[in-house]
Amino acid sequence: MAIEVHNVSKSFGTFTALDDVCIRVADGALTALLGPSGSGKSTLLRIIAGLESPDTGVVTIGGNDVTGVPARSRGVGFVFQHYAPFKHMTVAGNIGFGLSVRRRPRAEIQARVKELLALVRLEGLAGRYPSQLSGGQLQRMALARALAVQPEVLLLDEPFGALDAQVRSELREWLRRLHDEIHVTTIFVTHDQEEAMELARQIVVMNEGRIEQAGTPRELYESPRNEFVMTFIGPVNRLGDALMRPHDIQILAEAGPDTTEALVHRIVHLGFEVRVELTLPDGRQIWAQQTRESAQELELAEGQILAVRLPELREFAA
Amino acid sequence: MSSSASGAVASARAPLVPRSRAPSRAADERARRARRLGLRAIALGYLALLLVAPVAMIFYRTFAHGLAPVWHAVSAANAQHAFWLSLEVVAIAVPLNTVFGIGIALLLERGRFRGRALLGMLIDLPFAISPVVVGLALVLVYGKTGWFGNWLAANGIAVIFSVPGMVLATAVVSLPFVARETIPVLHELGTDSEQAAATLGASRWQTFMRITLPGIRWGVVYGVVLTTARALGEFGAVSIVSGRIEGQTQTLPLYVQDRFENFDITGAYAAAVVLALLALATLLAMNLLTRHTRPGEAVT
Repeated sequence: MAIEVHNVSKSFGTFTALDDVCIRVADGALTALLGPSGSGKSTLLRIIAGLESPDTGVVTIGGNDVTGVPARSRGVGFVFQHYAPFKHMTVAGNIGFGLSVRRRPRAEIQARVKELLALVRLEGLAGRYPSQLSGGQLQRMALARALAVQPEVLLLDEPFGALDAQVRSELREWLRRLHDEIHVTTIFVTHDQEEAMELARQIVVMNEGRIEQAGTPRELYESPRNEFVMTFIGPVNRLGDALMRPHDIQILAEAGPDTTEALVHRIVHLGFEVRVELTLPDGRQIWAQQTRESAQELELAEGQILAVRLPELREFAA
Repeated sequence: MSSSASGAVASARAPLVPRSRAPSRAADERARRARRLGLRAIALGYLALLLVAPVAMIFYRTFAHGLAPVWHAVSAANAQHAFWLSLEVVAIAVPLNTVFGIGIALLLERGRFRGRALLGMLIDLPFAISPVVVGLALVLVYGKTGWFGNWLAANGIAVIFSVPGMVLATAVVSLPFVARETIPVLHELGTDSEQAAATLGASRWQTFMRITLPGIRWGVVYGVVLTTARALGEFGAVSIVSGRIEGQTQTLPLYVQDRFENFDITGAYAAAVVLALLALATLLAMNLLTRHTRPGEAVT
């Protein structure tokens, strides 16, 4: 189901969480709401779920206005940041809860729970209680619980925020494959740009209650609409008011008409990437991103003076 | 007392010894142990003087002349009546306060309305006001000359000097327990799991019965136990509201007082022992209930 948000605003006291926000998410898409904390992304997600009501504006799901519809009737699956497990119920009880409150026959619930346990790879843990599960397992249980009632929309609030790096990247990959399998329209909230770019087909960048830009990861990276988007997505060098990507800085073996001199003051080897920190003749510092091969070819060394070609600088109206 | 004094001396001396040497660690350890034992002795001594000794004395005095006189006193018609009346009052007042206590806790913890702070203060009022005043206030409102007195009398409803009034008085003085025990548990439970239940399609009632109530049950149980204990022992308010009519409106505490005033010491002590045993049974019931496996909480 496609989701549309039209002109939604929301304030908490004097704090404006959302300021005239509009987004459109296509049916079956995997979309990220990306922004720093306090940017309003979680509030927007909660408004789509019906857990918060907007002060003004309209939310539609599948073309129907659901602005006044309570959360329980929206057909939305929601995974909470800290998973909100029902601690007094087993894993099976948690997953079956949505079906159980709909008074489905016991046999049907059991069959569906079994199916979901397999989907989220928690077979054998059906009888455990949430306190006996790891963070990653709780996460998958919460996801299975949300999927049990076959929601038309799946919303995830910082789904990987509370997990360690290893588990996070595993679950990320797994969630993407799951989305390919079940094709439910999915929106997730994150403050991690790498996570957003890796998982989502569409990213909505938010800041201070506003949408800064929406587009594919590539669009956002290659043609950011403003300075916030450019600095939030990917690394940047700043020269005065101008910005440039570190991989756009070319290091050349010989000086040319459009090159400047630069002093290599530090080289950081990060595996495939080599980070070269440079000092320009006017004393300003920038860094260039090189591959391991090109760094070897150029025989880069600290203290060396070499030629660099700066890219076309990007400037955004303030 | 002497052990606590030595603990204080030891603790004062301990820092003078250099920490790095092995014997000093042993001295430190000894001082810490002495202090711990000292504190324990003070706490236990306090309890013994205030609580254990008097209660033990009652038991001792009651059974000093064997079981026969006790049995005789307990099986007296008025004693029996007082026992069952006490249970009846508790059986009505406690469920009432449980339902209202949970309701008030939900209102205070989850509600967003004007006057919430005021309601919170109002809840504690029964703790602050003397039970005798509560009794008098109830007489003023429901008594013959009270606000509703005429209307109640005209409709043949007796509140004062009758069981309804005693239930009211008991309910008022034991009102805060369930709410006060439930509020912190409710706060700790948070709203996430309730919201999760809502997104899964649960109605408000389903969410309350299947998520909220199981989440706060230990707070509620503790509140109910305290309410029961308080209700069983209530004297002041019930004393005024009931009129203390022998064999009619005498609860166990009132009966104890009555026997005591009539120099029936055996009767008074025997009834007091029954009261104490009821209270012990309540505490025991709570212990059994809370020790009963708490799924998802006890096991880690």
